[in-house]
Amino acid sequence: MTVTDIIRPSSADVFDKKRPKKPRNMGQIIRWLVLFTGGVLMVMPIAYMISTSLKWPHEVYNVNLIPVEPTVDNYTYVLEDGRFYMWFINSGIIATITTISNLFFDSLVGYTLCKFRFPGRTIVFIAILSTLMIPTEMLVIPWYLMSQQFGWLDSYWGIMFPGLMTGFGTFLMKQFFESVPDDFIEAARIDGLNELQIWWTVAMPLVRPALAALAIFVFLGNWTAFLWPLIVTNSTDMYTIPVGLSGFGDEADVAWELIMTGAAISTIPTLIVFLIFQRFIIRGVVMAGLKG
Amino acid sequence: MRLYRNLRIKQKQIVWAWAFLAVPVLFYVVIRFYPTGNAIIISFQDWNLLGARTWTGLDNYITLWNDPVFWKVFKNTFAYLLIGTPVSLVLSFIIAYHLDKLRFLHGFLRLLYFLPFMTSAVAMAWVWRWFYQAVPIGLFNNILASFGIAQIEFLNSTTNSLPAVLAPAIWAGLGFQVIIFMAGIRAIPTSYYEAARIDGVGWWTILTQITIPLLRPTIVFIVVFSSIGFLRIFDLVFNMTTNNPGGPLNATKPLVLMIYDTAFNGFNMGYAAAQTVVLFTILLVVSLLQLFLLRSK
Repeated sequence: MTVTDIIRPSSADVFDKKRPKKPRNMGQIIRWLVLFTGGVLMVMPIAYMISTSLKWPHEVYNVNLIPVEPTVDNYTYVLEDGRFYMWFINSGIIATITTISNLFFDSLVGYTLCKFRFPGRTIVFIAILSTLMIPTEMLVIPWYLMSQQFGWLDSYWGIMFPGLMTGFGTFLMKQFFESVPDDFIEAARIDGLNELQIWWTVAMPLVRPALAALAIFVFLGNWTAFLWPLIVTNSTDMYTIPVGLSGFGDEADVAWELIMTGAAISTIPTLIVFLIFQRFIIRGVVMAGLKG
Repeated sequence: MRLYRNLRIKQKQIVWAWAFLAVPVLFYVVIRFYPTGNAIIISFQDWNLLGARTWTGLDNYITLWNDPVFWKVFKNTFAYLLIGTPVSLVLSFIIAYHLDKLRFLHGFLRLLYFLPFMTSAVAMAWVWRWFYQAVPIGLFNNILASFGIAQIEFLNSTTNSLPAVLAPAIWAGLGFQVIIFMAGIRAIPTSYYEAARIDGVGWWTILTQITIPLLRPTIVFIVVFSSIGFLRIFDLVFNMTTNNPGGPLNATKPLVLMIYDTAFNGFNMGYAAAQTVVLFTILLVVSLLQLFLLRSK
């Protein structure tokens, strides 16, 4: 048994448990068909979004799902405009930097709170935990005033700074560092590693599944974030994808095939990532949901 | 350096711990706690962002209490919560319960239900907004028309618009809840079911006497998680009604949209801050209720 086997949280294993096979009967077939129909209905909005983005304007109002003459014209048109390209880059940069910052700081703080004994530990822990109770909506007005004062409005830093660390991530990582045996840390200390090296080379590799789950949550959260980017940006150049799409929808007015193309551009990357890492992401969601 | 070397192991640990925590603690103080206090202070002031900040005591709260729009918004916010939470809870449980009993293409079915969770609310708001348009544009009305059924006014109606905005919110969150429920169901030890089978009890008894009681922590988690989500609904409402934010006669306006409007369209910062304090209080009560429910067994 390897180390990762020992510390992998048991809640994540629930999907690996094999259930005994039951004989197929009529009831099972009906159950399957009903659930399948429901599942197909669930993905219909996404399917229609993609289908409409591939239709010519005159075909948009037909209810057929498969376009009669598929075209990528809408994509060419929307991307040639240049703005979606820019918003895409903005969102990508912001979500990436925020994710890296969260992985670094949340795990550092989580590790410290979990493995060190020092005066002030409980206060820091309770203080960070209590930030989970404060809704973003309450902070946007002070953040806006702060950004105005320091000239952060309409900049990457302005969009990013509120999310660089989160109480949720810290708490999640602390929970997972509990499963790293203290003996490992003690052994590394005897080997002469300093505390920073122990955290980075001994503890961090052992919580990789948790880091991956956190990365998915933070990235997705920032990719789709709307309220704060809407408030803090005011030039088209600085918009993120959701803010840009919101304005674009109004501007395109009734050109639904173009709006659907914009919506598809903002959604397809996360869908592709999901389809590739499906099993892994669902496991991460369960871990974060139950532990966080 | 010599000073550090002379410290005992325990003291060294304290130095390391605070070295690790220095930047994060500064961050939490400046970006979380100071703004929280600031929001509460602003809520007792009158300020339009340009002029002077003047203390007005409880004026903002009194204005809020007497504001008919606030009560409409308050009612809407709780309508999202009180319809959205039970509907999504029951739907996701039914789906998870049955999905758990299937093996054939299990992963594929799960994928179908989970996919909407990976979308962005803004993009989906526009998709659903298109669905809701009148004939010949909107998908729903086109389908109704092809069956010869009368059209339904979705977003332009004072009665239908709130459920119409709520539907995609439920839809998008359903997959997450199904996954959490399935994990909860699978965490129940099979020995309980085996014992029940030996006793020969029916599926209804198993469901109500074993599955649901043992799922209590999962149910509490999902209820609180989705309640907070519905109380904070904004992206969908804003984008489905950009031409008329908050719908006809504020029919869909939730608290967060009112806050946004007051602060960033009306620049009435004090009044908006008072509304955020109300939102904070509501969310706090919901969270404390969760702690209470989890403790009492």
